[in-house]
Amino acid sequence: MRIFDPHIHMTSRTTDDYQRMAEAGVRAVVEPAFWLGQPRTNPGSFTDYFDSIIGWEPFRASQFGIRHHATIALNPKEANDPRCRPVLDLLPRYLAKDGVVAVGEIGYDSMTPAEDEVFAAQLALALDHDLPALVHTPHRDKARGTLRSLDVVKESGIDPGRVALDHLNEVTVEPARDAGVWMGFSIYPDTKMSPDRMVEILRKYGTERVLVNSAADWGRSDPLLTLRTGEAMLAGGFSADDVDQVLWRNPVAFYAQSGRLDLSDAAGTEATFAGNSILRGGS
Amino acid sequence: MTTLDDLRAALGGDEKVTEDLQRAADDPGAVAALFPAAGRRYGRGPLTDGWTADEAARALLLAFLPPEQVADVYRYGDTAEKLAVLKALPLLPIGDAGVPLLEDALRTNDTRLVAAALGPYSDRLGQEAWRQAVLKCVFMGVPLKSVHRLTERADDQLGAMLRAFALERHAAGRDMPPDALALLDQLKEA
Repeated sequence: MRIFDPHIHMTSRTTDDYQRMAEAGVRAVVEPAFWLGQPRTNPGSFTDYFDSIIGWEPFRASQFGIRHHATIALNPKEANDPRCRPVLDLLPRYLAKDGVVAVGEIGYDSMTPAEDEVFAAQLALALDHDLPALVHTPHRDKARGTLRSLDVVKESGIDPGRVALDHLNEVTVEPARDAGVWMGFSIYPDTKMSPDRMVEILRKYGTERVLVNSAADWGRSDPLLTLRTGEAMLAGGFSADDVDQVLWRNPVAFYAQSGRLDLSDAAGTEATFAGNSILRGGS
Repeated sequence: MTTLDDLRAALGGDEKVTEDLQRAADDPGAVAALFPAAGRRYGRGPLTDGWTADEAARALLLAFLPPEQVADVYRYGDTAEKLAVLKALPLLPIGDAGVPLLEDALRTNDTRLVAAALGPYSDRLGQEAWRQAVLKCVFMGVPLKSVHRLTERADDQLGAMLRAFALERHAAGRDMPPDALALLDQLKEA
């Protein structure tokens, strides 16, 4: 099983995680810029973080044979802090980088006027830089937040096929599907979505335009839940090709729209780390 | 050593590069957008004498900028951009203004940046910082062949540092890299 995790915060994970991910078949990841547990208070704190996810983190990933790309944005929660807002002016520098494959995570946290403004401004940046957009849906008031996010996306003029709406669930999947955006699901140990629930959603809505991620970060999360979802799909009667579509071809297709996705050496059937096969997790 | 003129000549056939360089000559502000896109615009293939097309174009773009803006390009660069700045430093008319960039690269744990900081421009690095940098290479497993003028600059103090490191490695039952042992041999003979 080859796995592309389209949403994972590797700066919060250890090298043990990289090792386990490589052994499980994870060959590529995208790390979206987001908030850390501790709120930031100035733009410099963001730029050091951006530097890390386009510099140090890809280097760390490469030591385990994993290809690492990033998405860059001012996240919705910190968009509400006027001390952080000036980072918007620095974003174009980062959106020009080879390793940046989308604008994100953008969207809503508490649906404030400040979030409205920053969300719209960053969709405009996605259009300017010819990049797809990764949209986070809020954890509280999610159904309303999802509908409002889809309105903002529509209003921006960006092609819905270049937008992924993330952290969806049984309640929010339909409006996302109807709007023509990519549907992202974050598989978590107890909260957002589980492997078995994901299989049910795939049964009901099919495998097209679906992205499955671990969204693993500094909270209770598990970078191997992508693999577990693939296993649950196989156990639930999906074919190996269906699994490959959801866990590899779909995220590749979504981020390849940036024109910057570089998977040379990562997409083949053989991958090695330190001379050992990293495909011990299966075919 | 390769010069900016050599790089310009090697890139001469590429119309896109020629056009972009003219744009940067007319307005150095254009470098901010062209520099990060170099790999996508000009390709990353080998060009001449150890330079790739994007590295060469980046060196030529930097030549339009005053030193403080070269530092800015480095500051906001991804790893490939930082490597290109470090590689271009000895070709640029900026005197010692690039030394803080070497110091920045040497503080990282990225073996590529550490190796790139020890090219020809490292002649401008003070001896103390240079010794630490060489020792860091041995520690990180960066091949010492990346170090410019290694055998000329290596001195007794570096020898003492390497010997102490070799003792620690020995005590831990670990080997020293062969190139570090060869350097120690050379210092013993001198």
